[in-house]
Amino acid sequence: MTTPPKAPLPPADGRRRPRLAVHKLSSCDGCQLALLNAGESLLALAERCDIVHFAEAGILDLDAEADIALVEGSVSTPEERERIQAIRSRSRWVVPMGACATAGGPQALRNLADAEVWIGSVYPEPQHIQALPTADAVAAHVDVELSLPGCPVSTQQVLDALATLLAGASPFAEQDKVCMECKRRGQVCVLVTRDAPCLGPVTVTGCGALCPGLGRACYGCYGPAENPEVPTLAQRFADLGLAPDAVARRFMFQQSGAEPFQQAAQDWRRRAPDGAPGNAGSAEQGHD
Amino acid sequence: MSTAPAPDPAVMGPPQEAEVVSRDDEARGLCTLHLRLTDPAARAAFRFQPGQFNMLYLPAVGGVPISIASDPAEPEHLAHTIRAVGRVTRVLATLGAGDRVGLRGPYGRGWPLQAAEGQAELRDLIVLTGGLGCAPVVAAIGYVTARRERFGRLVILQGVKHAADLIWRERYDAWAELPDTEVRLAADEPDRHWQDHVGLVTDLLDEVRFRPQASVALVCGPEPMMLAGAKRLVELGVPAEHIWLSLERGFQCGVGHCGHCQLGPWLVCRDGPVFRWSEIGWLLGTKGF
Amino acid sequence: MTATRFLPRERLQTLFERIGDLGYRCMGPQVRDGAIVYDDLSDAAALPVGIGAHQAPGRYRLEHYAHARCFAWANGPQALKPLLFAPEETLWRVTRDAAGRLAFAAAAPPSQRRAVIGVRACDLAALALQDAHFAGDHADPGYVSRRRDLLLVGVDCGHPADTCFCASTGDGPAVSNGADLALTELDAGFLVRAGSAAGRALCDALPLRAPSDAELHLGAAEIEHARQSQRRSLPARNLRDALFANLDHPQWDDVAARCLACGNCVAVCPTCFCSTEREQPAIDGREAARVRLWDSCFSAEHSYVHGRLLRPDTRTRYRQWLTHKLGGWHDQYGRSGCVGCGRCIAWCPTGIDITREATAICTADQPEGEA
Repeated sequence: MTTPPKAPLPPADGRRRPRLAVHKLSSCDGCQLALLNAGESLLALAERCDIVHFAEAGILDLDAEADIALVEGSVSTPEERERIQAIRSRSRWVVPMGACATAGGPQALRNLADAEVWIGSVYPEPQHIQALPTADAVAAHVDVELSLPGCPVSTQQVLDALATLLAGASPFAEQDKVCMECKRRGQVCVLVTRDAPCLGPVTVTGCGALCPGLGRACYGCYGPAENPEVPTLAQRFADLGLAPDAVARRFMFQQSGAEPFQQAAQDWRRRAPDGAPGNAGSAEQGHD
Repeated sequence: MSTAPAPDPAVMGPPQEAEVVSRDDEARGLCTLHLRLTDPAARAAFRFQPGQFNMLYLPAVGGVPISIASDPAEPEHLAHTIRAVGRVTRVLATLGAGDRVGLRGPYGRGWPLQAAEGQAELRDLIVLTGGLGCAPVVAAIGYVTARRERFGRLVILQGVKHAADLIWRERYDAWAELPDTEVRLAADEPDRHWQDHVGLVTDLLDEVRFRPQASVALVCGPEPMMLAGAKRLVELGVPAEHIWLSLERGFQCGVGHCGHCQLGPWLVCRDGPVFRWSEIGWLLGTKGF
Repeated sequence: MTATRFLPRERLQTLFERIGDLGYRCMGPQVRDGAIVYDDLSDAAALPVGIGAHQAPGRYRLEHYAHARCFAWANGPQALKPLLFAPEETLWRVTRDAAGRLAFAAAAPPSQRRAVIGVRACDLAALALQDAHFAGDHADPGYVSRRRDLLLVGVDCGHPADTCFCASTGDGPAVSNGADLALTELDAGFLVRAGSAAGRALCDALPLRAPSDAELHLGAAEIEHARQSQRRSLPARNLRDALFANLDHPQWDDVAARCLACGNCVAVCPTCFCSTEREQPAIDGREAARVRLWDSCFSAEHSYVHGRLLRPDTRTRYRQWLTHKLGGWHDQYGRSGCVGCGRCIAWCPTGIDITREATAICTADQPEGEA
């Protein structure tokens, strides 16, 4: 917010409709589906812009030039590293959407481990696996104009961002914490009433405070909010009785690649008795 | 049960539609939009004081507070000078004649010129501005020049960072021709055409002539500049209650409800944006407020 | 208030019925998701019968007792604020025609008469402050409309939580004004006082009898006990000068190390009034809505001014909140912005205690000239 992104799209001038591309890197397609689920709004969107590439919608032109390129997925392979550079060079606005594209996603957990060992233990012929040493957010490889976090992204958030871009403006970047949204919805705090290790106080909203609304602790899938006091919250979890290993695991879901969460995960793993989490038991303890 | 007064729809309701009549490109990243409310009744009813602001709004984009830089004697014409720095102003800065915006206002407490005019000993007026701080005082200078005999000496000081940032040179030239009026300009970074002061605009306070005890100062610009200016004015002998500053905060509602302009005991949009140095000096410039 | 009357417990349902007869939608406290919340309620049996609420810094737990009382708890996370100052509210809508012309339409003000049963004295004091803010010179249309149609049944607080300090702010535990009807809960029933014409009319329609001297005495004794049992307090004087004289106090750093800047304190505070506006653009480009949301001085956007943040860190944000709550309010509304409800203590995820912070900042290192 403090540094407005570069000039937004020019207002529609009647000569050419804006072009929208929806790209996919290492991901589950859930963010594309979130957009596909927009229903009638997707038809309205198609009337305002040319959708030039959107695999889940059956529109294929991987090399199309675009004014707006929504990118789902993390950069995890050498091929994807080249492809994101190509997308960048052909797109005016590159907009990573979803936890994979904005923070590396669950696959970034391997950044905290020895990925070679994992590959060796999973695949019978690991020599056929082409993987970069780390699974990265798009912004680790190219400049981006806007990020839409979430696992998956909220359909409404994507539509609002697109509507704002099509109006010629930089989209509003949500910065509020999940707690604010949770309270606006009149939901009862699961941390205060049940000691649930909720990440709402450090996580950016956009999800509608979905998990606390269902009685579950937020697990941070939208990633860190601005000014996230992660060490303070992690200490609170420990004070509530979570073992260091379990505290670390609270920050090791889709957003382990986001710097403040990654830092907390590493700090609290070091405090665990054996210096690293075991393979069993603590994950459940860390859940709500 | 409550017996609250009925809400005032003119101030509390949705924006009115306004049309861009014309646009002036002032400098790089700076333009002035000349607006006119499209509803004749709303246009006829609109009145404002120098130093007040409007909320300008664009559908699908948002709203932003912009001071009114035109003459209150012609309230059917509303000029807003805009620097393209944020989400909303970047789009406002692309507008041209015929485009439509929403407009709410006017809001705030403007310059207290009526209290300063026509005193037994005429008041000298010092207008000290920096950067786009020149916009909220244009209407005040217009008020004074239209009632020149009711004020003493008029000193207008404007500072800019780069010489190329200076706008309205022809206005400064015209004001300089008025009787008993002194205009000085300052640039931190001059270009080869720059002929006036190189340095801070507040330096000029020591170079111009006015009667401190009988002066009223209108100060508007970046807060460090306002702080330095107000402190120097006090040192020169201008009474603290005669030094007026126009503050800028993140106004959203314009009526003191949203709290974004909360500053110590004040809500700046409602209680200001113009304050006396004697009121605000103790808090202004404190980090975090 | 008029002469005190008595409503037997077994006739409590008639209160709901008579209020319903007057055309009000009844709301009241009930148990949901481990807390006492206010929502639609037309059956006295749905009140939190035999429920207590243990509150401590960062902690709220319901407790179950074998008594028949239904107001034997202090408060829940919210009461009146969300009913009047809506957490999310559309302010206006705009449409743009093919020629680019804009048409604005104000959102229709809500019009439903609502009655809230079981309002605490602290929340009535907070309501008076919200009235001063939203229904003053520039009255907010939505707030005023909802306020005008509100009937309030207060209940004295006989069971303050450990987090409560309304006695020290002068706002409780007894309901003194602001309610149309005020109740004191006893085992056998309720002492009833009318506080307005609407309350008197309601009294006339209820099966009330004169209370016994013993019942009156019991009621007064419970309130006095509730007052005496509060262990937290705020310094009684105006803290504005002490706070602003201590803007560099090390306690601000201390609390910033414990504060999450999550805004929960603001959201549960019954007097906090900050809001932010958001744009909701339709994807077809022809419509948009302007929406107002609860905001907090702990958010970044709250201190955004032309490309910079006035308060980039937790220290300055907490300081903004406390100096305003206990300082600036005196200038703006003639009193502190704190009514002693203790919600910000209980609902703070890390249990920050406003009374402890204020005391540390204002009294531990009192500057010269302070009383």
